Amino acid sequence: MSLIFAAAADVPFVPPLILIDIFLLSILVVVAVAIVRMRSLFGVVMLQGVYSLVSAAWFVTLDAVDVAFTEAAVGAGVSTVLMLSAMLLADRKSTPVPMRRQFGALAVVVLAGAAMLYAVGDMPAFGDVNSPANAYVGMDFMAKTAEEIKIPNVVTAVLGSYRGYDTFGEVVVIFSAGLGVLLLLGLNGNSGGWVARPNGQMLNDHSAPSAALSDSNVAEDPQAEDAQ
Amino acid sequence: MSDPQNTSDNPLGRDPHVLLRVISKFLIPLIALFAFYVQFHGDYGPGGGFQAGVILAASVILYALVFGLAEAKRAFPPRLIRYGMTLGVLLYGGTGVVNFILGGEFLNYSTLASDAATGQHYGILAIELGVLTTVTTVMIAIFYAFGSRQPETSDEDW
Repeated sequence: MSLIFAAAADVPFVPPLILIDIFLLSILVVVAVAIVRMRSLFGVVMLQGVYSLVSAAWFVTLDAVDVAFTEAAVGAGVSTVLMLSAMLLADRKSTPVPMRRQFGALAVVVLAGAAMLYAVGDMPAFGDVNSPANAYVGMDFMAKTAEEIKIPNVVTAVLGSYRGYDTFGEVVVIFSAGLGVLLLLGLNGNSGGWVARPNGQMLNDHSAPSAALSDSNVAEDPQAEDAQ
Repeated sequence: MSDPQNTSDNPLGRDPHVLLRVISKFLIPLIALFAFYVQFHGDYGPGGGFQAGVILAASVILYALVFGLAEAKRAFPPRLIRYGMTLGVLLYGGTGVVNFILGGEFLNYSTLASDAATGQHYGILAIELGVLTTVTTVMIAIFYAFGSRQPETSDEDW
């Protein structure tokens, strides 16, 4: 932090953008520390949503509006809800892990952090014209979108057309993720023989409120047919 | 996952979440409308099929959170999920196959119209629709799968 302040003090006029960056990044650090220290899982999930929203705001200051949009919609919106519904099937509080079992994790975090700090030196400066992202094929996309595809948003042109294979792969990944969840849990959460013990109460595929929710539900569940 | 009919444990005999319900009823159509704006404005501003799909799914999830999962399943039947998931991927891949048949490479949209740029427009429109369909239905599917397992939660449960 002190390095950033020193760099900012050298210039006669501190640009407001760097103040916003410092403000948002310090909020991110505070929220991250709060997440680590918190025991209530509901609070942790809510703070993760806050973390996503603040990082979305930070992406906006970096001019990455498309990424910010996705982060706000997915990170702050849908994943918060999914984490909540996953949490409802488990306990509301996390049990503290004993100190002696945390040394391994600490070593991994310190090593990974040191490796990242070491790699920062090789990163191009923000907005560097010679950085790989701004040279080579990236420049081609910027130059040719106007005449080849004729849409103003280059991001959409790159994702949809120039990098259409990658986006197709992403859609297939999302499809497989959905397929995996449906195969494991069942479309109505009724794939047979499951038990959960949230907050000491017993739940299984027959006592859950969804067990007799819809007609298709009964028809799809072979166990329910056997019971009739 | 609250039950709108269950008012017996409330001393006033009224729905304690009436503000929440009224405001969500007003907001949910606007959220869905915004999703379509993001979808079809993706060529001109930030956005596209992925973001639009997540926002559209969020409107259904908000409906489920406020009015209950059973109501949401009546509004967006789970049956649609199976078709939507696969149709989206098929639409994306199918666009590529059509490019094949028209004499171009896989996902070379320029073959879709006589003018290359117009073909690119059509192609991007088609694949973004595919992304929208898959993302929306998968997000709702994951929520339905988890949400259906929930016990009824009371307000004190949190």
